[in-house]
Amino acid sequence: MAFDILEPGLATSVQDLGRLGYYNVGIPQGGAMDQLSASMANALVGNAETDAVLECAYLGPKFTTDADAVLAVTGAPVQVKVNGAPVEQWTRLPLAAGDEVSFGMLSGGTRYYIAVQGGIDVPLVLGSRSTYALGALGGWQGRALKAGDTLPVGAVAPSARSVRDSIPEDLRPVYAKEVTVRILPGLYDHRLTAEGMETLVSASWKLTPVADRTGLRYSGPDIAWKPRTQPFGAGSDPSNIVDAGYAVGSIQIPGGKEPIVLHRDAVSGGGYAMVATVISADMDVVARSAPGTVTHFEPVTMEQALTARADAARSRRAVWE
Amino acid sequence: MSQVSQQLDAARYTWGGDEFLFVEIAESMSLAANFKANAMATRLSARAVDGVVDICPANASLLLRFDPDVVPPDRLESLVREVEEEVAQLSEQTLETRIIEIPVWYDDPYTRETGARFRKGHQRPDGTDLDFAAEENGLSSPQEFIRKHHESPWLVSMVGFVAGLPFMFQIVPQEEQLEVPKYLSPRTDTPPLTVGHGGCFACIYSVRGAGGYQMFGIAAAPIFDPAQKLDDFSDFMIFFRPGDIVKFRPVGEDEYRTIQAEVDAGTFTYRQAPVTFDLQKALADPTAHNRDILEKLHGL
Repeated sequence: MAFDILEPGLATSVQDLGRLGYYNVGIPQGGAMDQLSASMANALVGNAETDAVLECAYLGPKFTTDADAVLAVTGAPVQVKVNGAPVEQWTRLPLAAGDEVSFGMLSGGTRYYIAVQGGIDVPLVLGSRSTYALGALGGWQGRALKAGDTLPVGAVAPSARSVRDSIPEDLRPVYAKEVTVRILPGLYDHRLTAEGMETLVSASWKLTPVADRTGLRYSGPDIAWKPRTQPFGAGSDPSNIVDAGYAVGSIQIPGGKEPIVLHRDAVSGGGYAMVATVISADMDVVARSAPGTVTHFEPVTMEQALTARADAARSRRAVWE
Repeated sequence: MSQVSQQLDAARYTWGGDEFLFVEIAESMSLAANFKANAMATRLSARAVDGVVDICPANASLLLRFDPDVVPPDRLESLVREVEEEVAQLSEQTLETRIIEIPVWYDDPYTRETGARFRKGHQRPDGTDLDFAAEENGLSSPQEFIRKHHESPWLVSMVGFVAGLPFMFQIVPQEEQLEVPKYLSPRTDTPPLTVGHGGCFACIYSVRGAGGYQMFGIAAAPIFDPAQKLDDFSDFMIFFRPGDIVKFRPVGEDEYRTIQAEVDAGTFTYRQAPVTFDLQKALADPTAHNRDILEKLHGL
């Protein structure tokens, strides 16, 4: 079976859990930005957590199905319509052949996820179905969807069984206008002045519209770098380093203005100093932020980061139990 | 005592959140720092540590991605420190690698056009990136800059940024390194296969996209081939590996077009030869070392 894409939406791409192991040659991990929401969509339709879903940003696609199907939409709150009639998010939706799925306006967040029983059946490339658009690799023809695409849906495994019919309210992620994101200071944090680091963790940062799968840029006060003679090969600005690998989730502050949090499709390296990294448990929180979201960066220790990681893993497992 | 341990202090260890260990080998770029990064990466790969997901050697640093549920951070750090110690004890620093000839159309119309589009805000609003680079390096003309760019070989010191993009460090004494500032504000567009330069590094942009390096020319054949159509990509879609040695060869428009036709026909292969890179020799007498490795390419 397949979905016929009538309208592609703004940036609809095929994503799974991501593609690890090729960062050393510049291929990013990719995968669903909001991993918990994507996982919940798969749980609702009886897929494995590794099955591919559609990630939609802001403006969703419009498509028809050529066969009966089972669908679920999770993630940012959005109006979901089947043949023009509103239906529920966070629940299992049966579709009949010929049904048309479309979306209305978002009322928070940026990204929502569509899972279909059987999964989006594009070929595995380097172990993943995720789209790496810059490299034109993976996903559907290595790119975001276009009108006229016929997107293959996998056969339903005989063992397919939905773990649950809907996601209870208290398990769903929150799409807040003000969030706290925990960070582990490190990398090149010693190159900021003490006041600079204090500003990073005490200011209210506002997410700008410059936010996509590669990174999210925040506005707020300037942050001071220590002046110094730059090392050979680094470049002239105190925020420059000899080009190095970038940790996913790390924060760089080019020129001391507008911190950028690197996300799942970030370039794998470059010449800007990173000063802290969003802990793994809070990468989804960053992914859910809409422009304008007021963000506080809260410093934590490695021990606290690992505790938060274990808590997040427990919550995610709870969806599958 | 080995050359590497004589020249380099112990590395600086720091964390990128709960999934990345970052090892800064040196703050400044050097052949010795790069050699140490790659030697540590090779030895760590050979150990195949459970929970280590990615080993990314960079110019003068090393980035590891790990799963802290499998290998706890403190355990990983002590493993990497062990490997650092092993590398410092190496008495011989050689690398079995290859030299590859990369045909480049310098001062081509594609990067010229793109450079003109992004002139506003450039350090040198008049002229081209090549004019700017020649001036910055105190050279008499863009032609002189081009000559210095292709006459000595380059070491691939890091692969990354986007898929398969090589960062390259010229194997010449530091005072002869070409250095050029990056664009004041990065471009939103760069032609694929642009030969760029920022700081002391050359690069070849593997795909079209954003970029901040100055643009000097365009390589004639692909370095990233997801469809793996050409013979050089039969093993993997990415051509370059850290430690590869590159010799640029200037070509004119006619030869550029001929190579492109061979690429389209699927018959193009890169001219390359196996060589041994010897860090001590390269540091002690770069001219002689370069002559030796270039002879391997020309002796084909």
